[in-house]
Amino acid sequence: MRWREVCRWEALRPELGAPVLVDGHLIALFRTEDGELYALGNVDPVSSASVMSRGIVGDRAGEPVVASPMHKQVFSLRSGRCLDVTHPELALPTYAVRRQGDVVEIGLP
Amino acid sequence: MTRTLVVVGHGMVGHRFVTAFRARDHERRWRVIVLGEERHPAYDRVGLSSYLDGRGLADLRLDDGELAGDTAVDLRLGVVAESIDRATRTVWTSAGTPVRYDALVLATGSRPFVPPVPGHDLPGCFAYRTVDDLDRIRAASGEARDGVVVGGGLLGLEAANALRLLGLRTQVVEMADWLMPLQVDEGGGHTLGRLVERLGLVVHTGSGTGAVEAGQDGRTRAVRLTDGTEVPADLVVFSAGIRARDELARAAGLPVGERGGVLVDETCRTEDPRVWAVGECAAVAGRTYGLVAPGYAMAETVVDRLLGGSATFGGAEPATKLKLLGVDVASFGDAHSTTPGALDVVHANAASGTYTKLVLSDDARTLLGGVLVGDAGAYPTLRALLGRPLPASPEEVLAPVGGGGLSADAVPDDATVCSCHNVSKGDVTAAITEHGLTDVAGVKRCTLAGTGCGSCVPMLGGLLAGCGVEPDRALCEHFRHTRAELYEIVRATGITTFSELVRTHGAGRGCDVCKPVVASILAGLAGGHVLSEDQAGLQDTNDRFLANIQRNGTYSVVPRIPGGEITPEKLITIGEVARDFGLYTKITGGQRIDLFGARVEQLPLIWRRLVDAGFESGHAYGKALRTVKSCVGTDWCRYGVGDSVAMAIRLELRYRGLRAPHKIKAGVSGCARECAEARSKDFGVIATEKGWNLYVGGNGGFTPRHAELLAADLDDRALIALVDRFLMFYIRTADRLQRTAAWIGAMEGGLEHLRAVVVDDSLGIAEELEAAMERHVGEYADEWAGVLADPEKVARFVSFVNSPDVPDPTIRFTTERGQIRPGATDGPVPLPLPVIRPEAVRA
Ligand SMILES: Cc1cc2nc3c(=O)[nH]c(=O)nc-3n(C[C@H](O)[C@H](O)[C@H](O)COP(=O)(O)OP(=O)(O)OC[C@H]3O[C@@H](n4cnc5c(N)ncnc54)[C@H](O)[C@@H]3O)c2cc1C
Ligand code: FES
Repeated sequence: MRWREVCRWEALRPELGAPVLVDGHLIALFRTEDGELYALGNVDPVSSASVMSRGIVGDRAGEPVVASPMHKQVFSLRSGRCLDVTHPELALPTYAVRRQGDVVEIGLP
Repeated sequence: MTRTLVVVGHGMVGHRFVTAFRARDHERRWRVIVLGEERHPAYDRVGLSSYLDGRGLADLRLDDGELAGDTAVDLRLGVVAESIDRATRTVWTSAGTPVRYDALVLATGSRPFVPPVPGHDLPGCFAYRTVDDLDRIRAASGEARDGVVVGGGLLGLEAANALRLLGLRTQVVEMADWLMPLQVDEGGGHTLGRLVERLGLVVHTGSGTGAVEAGQDGRTRAVRLTDGTEVPADLVVFSAGIRARDELARAAGLPVGERGGVLVDETCRTEDPRVWAVGECAAVAGRTYGLVAPGYAMAETVVDRLLGGSATFGGAEPATKLKLLGVDVASFGDAHSTTPGALDVVHANAASGTYTKLVLSDDARTLLGGVLVGDAGAYPTLRALLGRPLPASPEEVLAPVGGGGLSADAVPDDATVCSCHNVSKGDVTAAITEHGLTDVAGVKRCTLAGTGCGSCVPMLGGLLAGCGVEPDRALCEHFRHTRAELYEIVRATGITTFSELVRTHGAGRGCDVCKPVVASILAGLAGGHVLSEDQAGLQDTNDRFLANIQRNGTYSVVPRIPGGEITPEKLITIGEVARDFGLYTKITGGQRIDLFGARVEQLPLIWRRLVDAGFESGHAYGKALRTVKSCVGTDWCRYGVGDSVAMAIRLELRYRGLRAPHKIKAGVSGCARECAEARSKDFGVIATEKGWNLYVGGNGGFTPRHAELLAADLDDRALIALVDRFLMFYIRTADRLQRTAAWIGAMEGGLEHLRAVVVDDSLGIAEELEAAMERHVGEYADEWAGVLADPEKVARFVSFVNSPDVPDPTIRFTTERGQIRPGATDGPVPLPLPVIRPEAVRA
């Protein structure tokens, strides 16, 4: 695993996704209210637009999720899977992410 | 062998006949040919009047089952059946082609009766029966000021209401001594007359129509009554009863009823075993029916008979309920107490304008009929109890007026609750429990109840409640409340953040449904910038970037152009910005300019230039006031009577930035020509000789609707006060994503209730609503200027937080007609696709 620094922890506002670019990967980075970090592919599989970081963050029955700002499909922040019964086949890639002191890092295999 | 069934007339009953027939003739033993005189396929004639307040033909569409695309049905519209040759079993048509039949069903309806007074056929005289009639009336109303309706029955009052909505001063002439003499008794008729006159109609009862007088232009000028009175009339509508269209049958030698109508037996068959008649043209055992429900029952009878069944039509009790100018009128059963020994129980309250009469059998136990005027809340229950013992004393049944007296529980299981579709209470409750139905829409789908005249819908709600179904109005899994309830909670508690609200009144962490709703509520009540620390994460992407997201993830930019008025300098600035940033440029329907294709990181740069040139956010992205469209107005237009441009600008500047449950569009027209299309807006203002008319609840879109008149002839101050109240009341009480039209439609009491609250201040909140609007106006600040002044907010407009100089590689454009457009989306951009792993590693 190669870890890349992407931004300062403080620059990441709770529940406001941020788009990052790591070795050609388009990634949406999320920090939830409870301080957890998540990283998923930023490209919405339905519209092919790179917009997932602009979606609204929340929960579905306790599972942290982000809703696509395009067509509102809801994806789990943990697994990247689409939780809408109509689109169980959709998924976003997930990435390793961690906080190292003041900075946030993404890990690529 | 396939036989041929010919249906003459594609009206409500003919249509019902064909759909019911096709639904049951599974083996396609019959081919069906329908001949319809009108150019349009059958529509909801009962709802005809709504065609004038803007509902198009599409909204009058009848449910067609599986008819569309049914190859067994050959529907020929604009074709008149001219004669029937029973010997050769042929119908001759206006198309010249003979149509052979094995069975023939006449469903030709009726025609309005026009009394043969001198001048009855002058230009300016109309009937009120078809969509084409209404088109003609509407066309003629533009030039007209005074209208007269001849006939004060059910249809006459509907017609009078329609003329009033078209802006005519309207008078009604009724031969009998009171209005609606067929349906209501004298006491009810007088109460009705007083209520109707209070609303601005002039009523002449006990007067016959002597003649229609022509003016110099050869068009109608006045109606002269038999007592000599002259009533001005640029337009006359005859609504003096109907006559069955039995001419085809007569000419074919078939017997007709004493008072007209194709004579049929209780199976709806004429004396020719191959010829049947249904609907208003039929005289079953000599009696005709001027309502749709009995016609439907006749249609079902003939369907059954043709397919080998043994159904009969057992007659029907007339029952009517309507709401005219906000006045409820209902009549059912033996309304005129003609049963020997019948007893009347009457409650009249002149002050509140209500009148109720129950007609009981001589032992005062069985309900035989009744009349309700002013408040018909009890009608669905009472009608279901017709012919049955009263479950309580008449006094208890009648008081309190308002329907609170009797609940749906009082109705026995086998009583009919929907007479249009002959559905019993038991049918409905069985459907609710068997299918687990939770709302009225489900009941309608499963049982058809409520899909006819709609008068039984309140009862369906009552039956749902009776089965223990609580309507599910929760916003989402995080809040059990409706938007309106959340609004009140925020207002009462003074909570200013989502996290506090969800902690104290909700569950979980929120989602893309409740967060934007709360953001909109907070924007109105708590103020502050929509992208402030607390609120940014609640916003939909459009609000979060103050621009409209487009299919490839770029945004469009719409600067505000109040009232559509713009200086050449500002126009040049827009052009220069579009050119410099390579944006696709389009003029919108709301009289402004939309610039497409802006990348997130370009938005602050674009807005820097626009704000410097004096532009503000146009809120095209928000559930907020969009535009106030205007026509050219008095300064330039030779027709204008009011300064529409100045008023549009004034309104747009007043309400800009106002966050609401849905977008709000508005328009101001300087005269009745309505060039600004104000009546297709949430609120529309039209100048009159005496000030402004205010219309509310219009919209374009999926189901277009015309706005309806809320108040007339207002001065500037009164107009603004009413719009203030209207908008604030909407913001407080509407549901999530509910446009004003749907909001008014769902309101108990509809437009009348809205008028009571907004115009007459029936809830005593007018002052508060106006004060809330004043606060909004005082606190307004341009959102984009607010972003540009705050480096932290600007910093969120980046392609990548770790590589702000790299543009998003997924965004590509091609060009068409000299401008950019989103690049092909089929071959998605090749991206490195990592394997999906079950759990991300977390800090
Ligand atoms: C404004 C208005 C309000 C009403 N409100 C109510 C209400 O609240 N409740 C209620 O129960 N009823 C109401 N009615 C009455 C209701 O609309 C009628 O009872 C119903 O439409 C009758 O259906 P029908 O098919 O028999 O006749 P129609 O709907 O009139 O259809 C007959 C059709 O046959 C066509 N036709 C006639 N002759 C020929 C021919 N020779 N060849 C081809 N086609 C022909 C006609 O053009 C017409 O399209 C209202 C009617 C009007 C006009
Ligand atoms: S009674 Fe008319 S729809 Fe039910």
